[in-house]
Amino acid sequence: MTETDSDPEEITLYRLQACPFCERVVRTLNGLDLPYRSRFVEARHSRRDAVRRLTGARTVPAIVDDRTGVTMSESANIVRYLETTYGDGSEPKPASASAPAGGDSE
Amino acid sequence: MNLTFDVVDLGRADHPEIGEQAPDFTRPLVNDEYWEDTSLSELTAEAPVVLVFHPMDGDFPTTYIWQEIRDRGWDEYDAEVVGLSISSPYEHSRFLEEWGLEAFRLFSDPGNDVGDRYGISHDLDGMAGIEEPRPAVFVIGESRTIETGWVATEWPEFPPYDEIEAAIEEL
Repeated sequence: MTETDSDPEEITLYRLQACPFCERVVRTLNGLDLPYRSRFVEARHSRRDAVRRLTGARTVPAIVDDRTGVTMSESANIVRYLETTYGDGSEPKPASASAPAGGDSE
Repeated sequence: MNLTFDVVDLGRADHPEIGEQAPDFTRPLVNDEYWEDTSLSELTAEAPVVLVFHPMDGDFPTTYIWQEIRDRGWDEYDAEVVGLSISSPYEHSRFLEEWGLEAFRLFSDPGNDVGDRYGISHDLDGMAGIEEPRPAVFVIGESRTIETGWVATEWPEFPPYDEIEAAIEEL
């Protein structure tokens, strides 16, 4: 069997098109050179049961990191987790001015 | 009065033949909950694939084809049955839910590049700027070899379900 959608080298990101909180996580993933797979969901919360089954909430962004077994939501939490786990220990870069500060999600 | 059913002749297609390798591609693969970029070769690495090209979601032949596939229980084969149309991921997701097709996944190819690569594109009369693949089914085995296939030559025309089932069972 070859590995496809459960590649342990990759992080799975549940995201919504044009969601600033999701883009913030994408910037962090790219900044850390972390490979990831995107799974897009719809804006209507009632269409997000796949996310709720993972995290208990329907908010995105949410990530599943197969390397560590971590599943989490809230962009500020995710960015902090990624910087702490995969960063070089330097101060995390401030989030883009276009995204409100704080652990928000959509 | 001789009431005839006028069908449109789609002409010749220049599609890959049985025994040839199916062109690989990567497109968003949609289920009833989310979509993610997936390649045909990722699917064929897991199991044989039945690739069903169909008209835009909502067109009546599309609902006929997928109800027939659902009612025949093609989701129970060891092969994976996947669709492909020019409809967007949002439309695919709703279509799967509306017709009780949660067991299946559909590729989204709004640019119709995959239809072009398979040589089965046609322009839609009266819908300026829109082209889509004609209905077609390819049964694709190991190494993406095409085991059998069917491509519509008229419109509307429906897949030979029994023949395709026989081919799937021989895999």
